[in-house]
Amino acid sequence: MHIFYTFILSQNGYGFASYNLKREVYMAKNAQHWEKTKGLLIITLVLWAIFSMGIFLFGAEMNTVTGPFGYPLTYWFTCQGSLGFFVILIFWFAGRQEKIDEEFGFSEKGDN
Amino acid sequence: MIKGNFIDNLPKIYGIYTGGFIAFIIIMAIGEQMGMSAKAIGIAFVGFTIFIYALIGWLSRTAQASNYYVAGRSVPTVFNGMATAADWMSGASFVAMAGGIYFKGYGYMALLVGWTGGYVLVATLLAPYLRKFGCYTVPDFVGTRYGGNTARLMAVIVLTVASFTYVTAQINATGTIASVALDIPFQYAVYVGLVSILLCSMLGGMRGVTWTQVAQYIVLIIAYLLPVFWISNNIGAGFFPHFMLADEVARIGELEQQFGFVKNSAEDLKLVPKGLAGITKAHSEVNATPWAFISLALAMMMGTASLPHVMMRFFTTPSVKAARKSVGWSVFFIFLLYSSAPMLATLSKLALIDPSLPTGIIGKSIAEVQAIDWYQNWNQANLMFVSDFNGNGTVELNEFFMAGKAVVLATPEVAGLPYVISGLVAAGGMAAAMSTADGLILAIANAISHDVYYKMIDPKAETAKRLLVARVLLVIIGFAGATIAAMEIQGILGSVIWAFDFAMSGLFWPLVLGVWWKRANKEGAIAGMVLGLVSGFAYLIWVRSGGSGFLGITQLTFGIFGSTVSLVAMVVVSLMTSEPSSATQKMVDDARVPAGQQVISQR
Repeated sequence: MHIFYTFILSQNGYGFASYNLKREVYMAKNAQHWEKTKGLLIITLVLWAIFSMGIFLFGAEMNTVTGPFGYPLTYWFTCQGSLGFFVILIFWFAGRQEKIDEEFGFSEKGDN
Repeated sequence: MIKGNFIDNLPKIYGIYTGGFIAFIIIMAIGEQMGMSAKAIGIAFVGFTIFIYALIGWLSRTAQASNYYVAGRSVPTVFNGMATAADWMSGASFVAMAGGIYFKGYGYMALLVGWTGGYVLVATLLAPYLRKFGCYTVPDFVGTRYGGNTARLMAVIVLTVASFTYVTAQINATGTIASVALDIPFQYAVYVGLVSILLCSMLGGMRGVTWTQVAQYIVLIIAYLLPVFWISNNIGAGFFPHFMLADEVARIGELEQQFGFVKNSAEDLKLVPKGLAGITKAHSEVNATPWAFISLALAMMMGTASLPHVMMRFFTTPSVKAARKSVGWSVFFIFLLYSSAPMLATLSKLALIDPSLPTGIIGKSIAEVQAIDWYQNWNQANLMFVSDFNGNGTVELNEFFMAGKAVVLATPEVAGLPYVISGLVAAGGMAAAMSTADGLILAIANAISHDVYYKMIDPKAETAKRLLVARVLLVIIGFAGATIAAMEIQGILGSVIWAFDFAMSGLFWPLVLGVWWKRANKEGAIAGMVLGLVSGFAYLIWVRSGGSGFLGITQLTFGIFGSTVSLVAMVVVSLMTSEPSSATQKMVDDARVPAGQQVISQR
């Protein structure tokens, strides 16, 4: 029914303008969605870079410190710390991205 | 079994399967107590698990293109995570990783960081967008996004080079394990491995591979974790090794100080059988420069995000949202094994070098060590060696040599675990190598059947004919891989790392920029793929033939050079040529929004 009404409206001159307006709103929404998505990407990649590369710039210094469970800190990061952090980071990212998609009504329906 | 609400019943089905497998282990343990021979246990483990995979492969047979290529896009996140983890963790991860850590220490750990961190790139930059695109293969994305057969064909070529480098190593690993477990010569064992691999994938394509990979993950993770926990408890190191081995790590450091790393003369080393190494590097000290560590980690991370057999696993999820979450589950399941490898290395090393432990061999007399049963077994298998270089009658740290894979294969026996565990480990290694080989062979065969045959040669082909071509290609590629594997050119790990470098040289930027830079066009992508792959390859050959390399880029990280050339070429050529059509740009817009129809409609 809804589609039918839209069709009727667009038959008069009035409807054409409303179509253009809709398209602009749609584009703006897309652009905003993409801006937020890019923001999240940058945050995620900065965290990723720190724990996959950044901390290992100071590997030798960090290893003199005792880390979790008593392991040398750098050793612990290579065995468990960084790896576990990536797991958490990806789930966190997925959750945030879902929120962004929902905010703009872009999330998919019906499945998970 | 695989009918109706199969998907809803997954937890139950795999629950029963896991219970059944544990029951099988217990039956074998009882059999061992009752006098079953080691050889019979080995054959039972490998034979039984392969039979189960083949059964799953047969039950998953299909005549539908969407089932064959993307498992009907119905794989739930957690199960796809397990399948990806099995797809990902190769014979190398299973058999060689703990050994790598054991011998190379910190410098090697970059691989663990790289092989998990890469999934952050997969989750953020690629998987959800490629899933929304709705492609069947990775070249399908390249071909559709950039347009034209040249780009598609180039992507197929890069995929084939990278995946083929990788698959020979996997078939090699299945051959090694089959030859040990079934006690047949390696040249035949390679083909036994190959037939097992094809049984999983030929009838059901991606669907068959998905459900066998889940089954293989369960076998391989049990086979890896059970010995680690058992050994840890057996030598009194701690009930939960991951949280409790700090003292053992420190103790290894002390022993290293006490023994010192004595350098062997070249003449002495000539006596050591090929492929064996001694302990020459500190266990937990930082022994690599920051750049050596970071460059290797970076190469592996970018490689991870470019390997098509991994990416295509995320095409099988029901939605974009599920694709993202599924990446998280994948790394979680990978983490379970990777975080255990350093613990196994620690336990293995301590068990062998600590004179205060009954299993320790350093400081014992040569004759005594040579009389130990397990030493004789593994020495015969060419995986262990001691020699009294300094003639003082006792074994010193620098007089003890072992193959990397012995850490996983021999430690259970050294620590006094029953043989049933060794049988289990063989089944686990087989599962790891088979699952990865399946994913890789399927990736290559699918790319050639879908992208070259169907999209370029005969776009009107009927589904039945397409699937026939796909299956014939699967067999041909499998046999080609096995034939090369039988020649044993590179060690298991070397060729695995090269595959990452090839993939990142050719595919990383064309994939990433395809989503994130609308201005990227066909000419740019082609230039990026061609120049990336060629320059990476050239660099490898240069370094292999004695070239000095630059910026510390080695034959293990040549992808850093290749991908940089690829990025520059792609940006420059894209900007010099015209903008992509508005239809293409709209396609990118659509891919960026999770809701709505897939960008490509497949039939």
